[in-house]
Amino acid sequence: MELYFFYMFAGGMILTSLLMITRANVIHAALLLVLTFFFLAGVFVLAGAEFLAAVQILLYAGGIMVLYLFSIMLMNVEVAVRMRQWHRQGAVVLVAAVLLGLEIWAVLGDVEFAKPKQWEWSLGATPGNVEALGAVLYTKFLFPFEVASILLLAAMIGAIVLAKRRIER
Amino acid sequence: MDMALEIAVAAIKIFIVVNVVQLVVAYTIYVERKVIAHAQMRLGPMRVGWHGLLQPIADGLKLFLKEDIIPDKSDRIVFVLAPVMVLVPALVVYAVLPFSATFYITQINIGLFFILAISSLGVFGIVMAGWASNSKYSLLGALRSAAQMLSYEIFLGFSVIGPLMLAGSMNLQEIVHAQSDVWFVFYQPIAFIVFFIAAMAETNRAPFDLPEAETELVAGFHTEYSGMKFAFFFLAEYANMFVVSTVGIVLFFGGWDGPDFIPLPGFVWYVLKLSVFMFVFIWLRATLPRYRYDQLMRVGWKFMFPLVMINIFLTGFLKYLFL
Repeated sequence: MELYFFYMFAGGMILTSLLMITRANVIHAALLLVLTFFFLAGVFVLAGAEFLAAVQILLYAGGIMVLYLFSIMLMNVEVAVRMRQWHRQGAVVLVAAVLLGLEIWAVLGDVEFAKPKQWEWSLGATPGNVEALGAVLYTKFLFPFEVASILLLAAMIGAIVLAKRRIER
Repeated sequence: MDMALEIAVAAIKIFIVVNVVQLVVAYTIYVERKVIAHAQMRLGPMRVGWHGLLQPIADGLKLFLKEDIIPDKSDRIVFVLAPVMVLVPALVVYAVLPFSATFYITQINIGLFFILAISSLGVFGIVMAGWASNSKYSLLGALRSAAQMLSYEIFLGFSVIGPLMLAGSMNLQEIVHAQSDVWFVFYQPIAFIVFFIAAMAETNRAPFDLPEAETELVAGFHTEYSGMKFAFFFLAEYANMFVVSTVGIVLFFGGWDGPDFIPLPGFVWYVLKLSVFMFVFIWLRATLPRYRYDQLMRVGWKFMFPLVMINIFLTGFLKYLFL
């Protein structure tokens, strides 16, 4: 059962991301990116990380993408549609893609992947991991957690300073 | 076979919930018109049926038969998808709401978080509608809506942390069970006030209905919509009101659980509490004038945000000391 769902989510992710990068209209691309996040959240649920799935939707789809759309809507989309869509760098891309593919194959080719986790599939019975995540975050990974929060704090202060300077001028 | 049965039961429950919600929404609109009318010394709908009781059905028929207009210069796909994007998250959230001790569609461990995540998507529909309409009023409404819902989502999210810390679970049924002695509203009055204000703003209700301020923006983001597409926005707004009311009841008023000395079934308690919430929503709409945009942002960021932060700190501190 999970396998079918995995293929559905993974296929959806590939399809929507391909559609996203080929759209001329930026708004359509942004909306397709939201869909991609949805499929990604589905994959998270299948991996047993339901909390991450909800965070994925809440932060990326519900928060960041709304800000994206907000700023995109303020510019003239029709001008962007009429602009040149392709840079005609096919040859360069091909070489880069082949190189990257070889690298991935060389690094990951002989790695043994962990078996996916299995559980009884029934409605309303998903494995819980909120407490586990919290416990791990505040004990084992306390230091990275604090570093990340200081980074975010610095970014916040930076944004305020930048915005304020502009107002004073 | 077992799995097929479970899916069938779930499908029947979903069918019941979605249909009941739509019917109740229709009559909530009727009640709202009546209550506001009486608040303004009018009678409200009186023509169709006894005291206008059949008015919602007449309105529904009218919306069905109305011409469905799609503006020429609009982005057709996005324009058609926008009402769906508003209504679907509003209804999906019902999957985890506990209506009584036994009647719910499903229970998941991240229930509350799921509600926050899914209901944060409703803003996409509004933004899509505003942009796709290709009208200045719609776009202004959508931009206001995006900023408003984005900021008030934060206060809503932080205000539920206090009760969550007391309950120790994000499963809505377990939160209800944790309140069998005392409702959390007595422990968490600050959180409840912030939650209620943020909930009104999230559902775009007066006094926070800036995205559809009719005196300045015609009808805001749904100016260009007509017929059933317009009805979808309407349905979604009221469905969302039920959701935030239910979350408020579950977090602060003991959910479907009532005091022991009055033996009523859980579902009756839930309906009673929900009616009180809805009445307060309508009452406030009839009473309060609309906020100005900068006032809305100031109240949110400079007053409510510090307040919820202090509340979280206090809750943690007091819980550590006394529990």
